[in-house]
Amino acid sequence: MNKELKKHIEKYLNSNTRYDNRKLTEFRKVSIEPDCIKTAEGSCRVKIGKTDVLVGVKFELGKPYPDKLDQGTITVNTELLPMSSPDFEPGPPGIDAIEIARVVDRGIRESGALDMKKLCVKKGELVWIVAIDICTLNHAGNILDAAGLAAIIALKTARYPSRKGENVDYKSLTKTKLSIKKTPIPITVLKIGKHFIVDPLVEEEKVLDSRLTITTTKDKKICSLQKAGDEPLSLEDIEKMIDLALEKSEEIRKIMKK
Amino acid sequence: MSYKKRVDGRDFHELRKIEAKVGIIPNARGSAYFKIGKTEAYSSVYGPRELYPSFLQDPTKAMLRCNYNMMPFSGSGDRVRPGPSRRSKEISMVTEKALLPVLDLDSYPNTVVDVFVELSQTDAGSRCAGICAASMALADAGIVMTDLISAVSVGKVDDKIVVDLDYEEEALDAEVSDIPVAMIPSTGEITLLQMDGIIDKKTLLNALKIIKEPLLKINEIQKKALKKKFEIQGAKK
Amino acid sequence: MNKSKLKVSDNDIVVPGELLAQGMNYLPSHGTYRLKENILSSKLGLVRIDGKVIKLIPLSGKYLPKKGDVIIGKIKDINFSGWRVETNSAYVAMLSMKDASSDYIPKGADLTKYFEVGDFILTKITNVTSQNLIDLSMKGPGLKKLNSGRIVIIDPTKVPRIIGKRGSMVSMIKNSTKCNIIVGQNGVIWIKGEPEDEYIASEAIKIIEKESHVSGLTNRINEFIKSEKVK
Repeated sequence: MNKELKKHIEKYLNSNTRYDNRKLTEFRKVSIEPDCIKTAEGSCRVKIGKTDVLVGVKFELGKPYPDKLDQGTITVNTELLPMSSPDFEPGPPGIDAIEIARVVDRGIRESGALDMKKLCVKKGELVWIVAIDICTLNHAGNILDAAGLAAIIALKTARYPSRKGENVDYKSLTKTKLSIKKTPIPITVLKIGKHFIVDPLVEEEKVLDSRLTITTTKDKKICSLQKAGDEPLSLEDIEKMIDLALEKSEEIRKIMKK
Repeated sequence: MSYKKRVDGRDFHELRKIEAKVGIIPNARGSAYFKIGKTEAYSSVYGPRELYPSFLQDPTKAMLRCNYNMMPFSGSGDRVRPGPSRRSKEISMVTEKALLPVLDLDSYPNTVVDVFVELSQTDAGSRCAGICAASMALADAGIVMTDLISAVSVGKVDDKIVVDLDYEEEALDAEVSDIPVAMIPSTGEITLLQMDGIIDKKTLLNALKIIKEPLLKINEIQKKALKKKFEIQGAKK
Repeated sequence: MNKSKLKVSDNDIVVPGELLAQGMNYLPSHGTYRLKENILSSKLGLVRIDGKVIKLIPLSGKYLPKKGDVIIGKIKDINFSGWRVETNSAYVAMLSMKDASSDYIPKGADLTKYFEVGDFILTKITNVTSQNLIDLSMKGPGLKKLNSGRIVIIDPTKVPRIIGKRGSMVSMIKNSTKCNIIVGQNGVIWIKGEPEDEYIASEAIKIIEKESHVSGLTNRINEFIKSEKVK
């Protein structure tokens, strides 16, 4: 970690401001473009400031897991495309990409957002596999929150393709949408020095002490947690961070409604 | 057999609707977006920058490295498995060869210019859309180049020469040939030429003549998009 | 045959491959080339016509290291003999122990005491070889480690506009924002002041980067800073 950068970021936070003149707990402008990819069964592009993320949903037919014969599955994959930042390199997903995919996956799975039983075509034999792919177009910090938001909206826009036996006909989508019961929204809170901030810039991510991603549903239940960073968190810290996440997720929900 | 009317109702030599933008990826020094019909390509350029491993370095010029990739949800059928495939590797290579003739990379020995091409949705013609986007991104990045590169496919469906085939047209139960072409607009020279299908020499040469005008149209759209980046609202020159 | 004709005018924005002039009466200069009878552009740039000579002012591009330039570099790593420094160009430069300080640095000294990875330094290019191996030095007036400031990186082709005629533009920003500002020839800029002022200065610099080709820039920047300060 660069000490000079950290000192400088903290100087801003001490004056209650950020590199882009924001308040500590203020999000950048969030814009949502649902159903933007014609080749996907569901899709959404989310921009938070200059961060730009594209999520597409594809359906496949496959066999169920032996322990869940009457349920379909979801898979979440993140591609931190080298196009979107000089820091990203071509190649298989690294740990940063895997973490984003797994946190988004847990939020959707554990909230019960998706009725997995409805994805079953023939018990024990044929189920729908819903693949959620997150691709970055530009990385300007806070990819995780953007990806989580884009993923749940993409699922909401998704329609089943037609099925002929064990084959999928992607050319004709049916009118049937996925049954989405919950809307999990991940909010990542950073702790830098004694300060808590949301919607971090790349510079802030570089100097964080700890980070907690809290995914919550509309009824204020927590459905996924992910603590990262080198420093520990106290119980008071965690409480503050959860309150902040709940407050911010409400704001995001309001933007979603528009 | 005679092909009477195109599947989507276009004239035989008519391009699909095109949209082009420059500077869409703020992190990159050069970037562009090129959409033709439902095929949508993004491109960004990083470099010239240090090249590793160093045995790849060329002490006489910068190396051009293109990376063509389809996003997993960009195919019209099944999900595309992430990571390089034989197809994407070949397209990356022909994209490099299509762009190289106009680039002057002599000023930056031992370095690399990285060109990333990402397809977010495709409906045939993705390598050509990628090449169009990449050449705009290279210009945006300030790379010295004698010209842009414009690309589109031409082909034959039964007895007719058609421009800019889409996926449905490629898949017709007819005698179809599909020829992606890239051209240096100022000289008319060709830098990409591939073909799927069967065609005779006379028809091929005729097709390559016919495709020139649509390619010049694409070139105008590319130029316009590059200039548009520098228009400042409410300010005069 | 001898009909020479200009196809563009001064200050036009042109893109690679664009026809600038026809006929042999005109001469191609920087950023342009001759193709048979025609002169075409080989860069994205602004047209400058000087009598019969046509050249381009580039609108974007990488910094090409030049001997004598004072730049802002970032320490990339440390090795036995000194520091490797990022220069916002295509090449990493070398700062050797003997050029890093006016003090004598003994062999085996802890080099992080001088500069650590991630530090920004104001440094001078002392040599560039034909293969673009770059040597740096810290010996010279004002050359130093740049502490506690904000770094803004712009397109190096815009550096002359940020500085302005005889430093007028950067002085204006310094005075109106009360920030200390150092502009490296490589497009890396260091700003130090109060956080709000640093923000205004960095935004002003980004506007210049984006709009430098449009006239009336000084006024627009002046007005921008005034309006931001009211907020």
